[in-house]
Amino acid sequence: MSITARNVSKRFGDFVALDDVSLEVPSGSLVALLGPSGSGKSTLLRCIAGLERPDSGSVHISDEEMTGRRPQERGVGFVFQHYAAFKHMTVEKNIAFGLEVRKAPKDEIRERVADLLRLVQLEGLAKRYPSQLSGGQRQRMGLARALAVDPKVLLLDEPFGALDARVRKELREWLRRLHDETHTTTVIVTHDQEEAMEVADEVVVMNRGRVEQVAAPRELYETPANEFVMSFVGPVNRIGEAWVRPHDLELVLEPNGSTREAQVERVVHLGFEVRAELVRDDGEQVSVQLTRDQAAQLELERGQIVYIRPTHQTVF
Amino acid sequence: MSKFGLRFVALGYLAAILVAPVSLIFWRTFEHGLHPVWVSLSSGNTLHALELTLIITAIAVPANTVFGIALALAIVRKRFPGKGIVNALVDLPLALSPVVVGLSLLLLYGRDGWIQLPFRVVFAVPGMVLATIFVSLPFVVREVVPVLREIGEEQEQAGATLGASSAQIFRRITLPAIRWGVAYGVVLTTARCLGEFGAVTVVSGRIVGQTETLTIHVEQSYDNFDVVGAYSASLVLALLAILTLVMMNVIKPKEPTQ
Repeated sequence: MSITARNVSKRFGDFVALDDVSLEVPSGSLVALLGPSGSGKSTLLRCIAGLERPDSGSVHISDEEMTGRRPQERGVGFVFQHYAAFKHMTVEKNIAFGLEVRKAPKDEIRERVADLLRLVQLEGLAKRYPSQLSGGQRQRMGLARALAVDPKVLLLDEPFGALDARVRKELREWLRRLHDETHTTTVIVTHDQEEAMEVADEVVVMNRGRVEQVAAPRELYETPANEFVMSFVGPVNRIGEAWVRPHDLELVLEPNGSTREAQVERVVHLGFEVRAELVRDDGEQVSVQLTRDQAAQLELERGQIVYIRPTHQTVF
Repeated sequence: MSKFGLRFVALGYLAAILVAPVSLIFWRTFEHGLHPVWVSLSSGNTLHALELTLIITAIAVPANTVFGIALALAIVRKRFPGKGIVNALVDLPLALSPVVVGLSLLLLYGRDGWIQLPFRVVFAVPGMVLATIFVSLPFVVREVVPVLREIGEEQEQAGATLGASSAQIFRRITLPAIRWGVAYGVVLTTARCLGEFGAVTVVSGRIVGQTETLTIHVEQSYDNFDVVGAYSASLVLALLAILTLVMMNVIKPKEPTQ
């Protein structure tokens, strides 16, 4: 089921959360809304769900006009950053909620809940209360609860934002696998560019209530539309008018005609990757990304004088 | 040592202010044995006063529970002009002397008052109910508002996206989440209703056997040098208060809450 938002605007008092935003989410795709806090990505998601009413513009889900409709009538599954678990209900009651309010037959509910518990790997915890679960378990419960009602679209609002790095990585891989199996149209809001790139087919970069670029992860990284996208999606150096990724800088020990001098300020070893922080002769900071072997060959150390040359650069 | 001192001061204060007077009631009630107490309690006027107190409480508590929850929801969840004023008005009964409340009801519903109803309001039960509702209004609201704020709106929004109607959201999500606030508010409201004297006494006209609540009965008996009667009725009030507190503990949470 596709999602279409057309010219959606939303203000909160003087703050413009969404400024004439249009968005197209193709049926069966997984799209990430990526942006810093206050960029309007969550507001857009909540407008799609009906939890927020846009001041102007329209929202369609699978070609059906939804703009004025209540969340109940939209057929969306929504997952909240802070889980929004029903604290007084057990895990299975949480998951069964959507089916129970629809007055589904008891056998059917029991079966569906059992299936979902298996899907989110919470089989043994059906009788627990949310307060007895870890953050990751709570969010899996939140996902199962949203999926229980067979939503037309799945909307996730920073679903892994409150979890620690390891659990976050696990869950995002799991989400991607789930999507590959179910092909439910999914929109995930995140401020983490790595999460967006890893999980989504297409990334919508937002800033100050506007869409800056819509592109596949690779395209986004390689051909960013403007300076904001360039600087938000991955680390970047500003050298004069040019923008250079840290891995697009060549580092040599002898000067040649096109190199510039810099001094090594810090060398950070991150396993396979080694990051060197340099200060150029004009005082600018530059970050260079090397492989472990390259760094070993150069025998980089603090205070050393090196020479850098961009192998690829972008000018807007 | 200082910890010990603090404990001594706290317990001493509690003993002097609370325990001593209440114990004294028990002591003085049974000073001359059980018989005079029984005679006094089984008199028609005492029984009528007790009945009236319970009737008024049975009307005022549900009314203030329902409207208290509605008011709390409006204050926390809705935006409307004059919300600040409403929020402040809720506390008015706490700030205003009950006697003034009684007097204002007299002026409003009395013989030359602004509002004339086909049935008697002042010097009759309806007025006493109104006065009791007025003075016991804030408790449920004040207990429920912070709980509503704390649980936030997300659970309700999750319910909405899952297809629950407003009524289903209230019954299945909001109400269970606020039930301890409501229960505590109900206990405080009940206690206030049982013990209300000032406002009710003004609008009651103190007609013995007709508009006399238990608190008024205590005072009337004492004024008439019926010491045993006053103490016996006080004892009943004290027992009702204890019963309310016990009820509160009986309906304790059966499941873990955060």
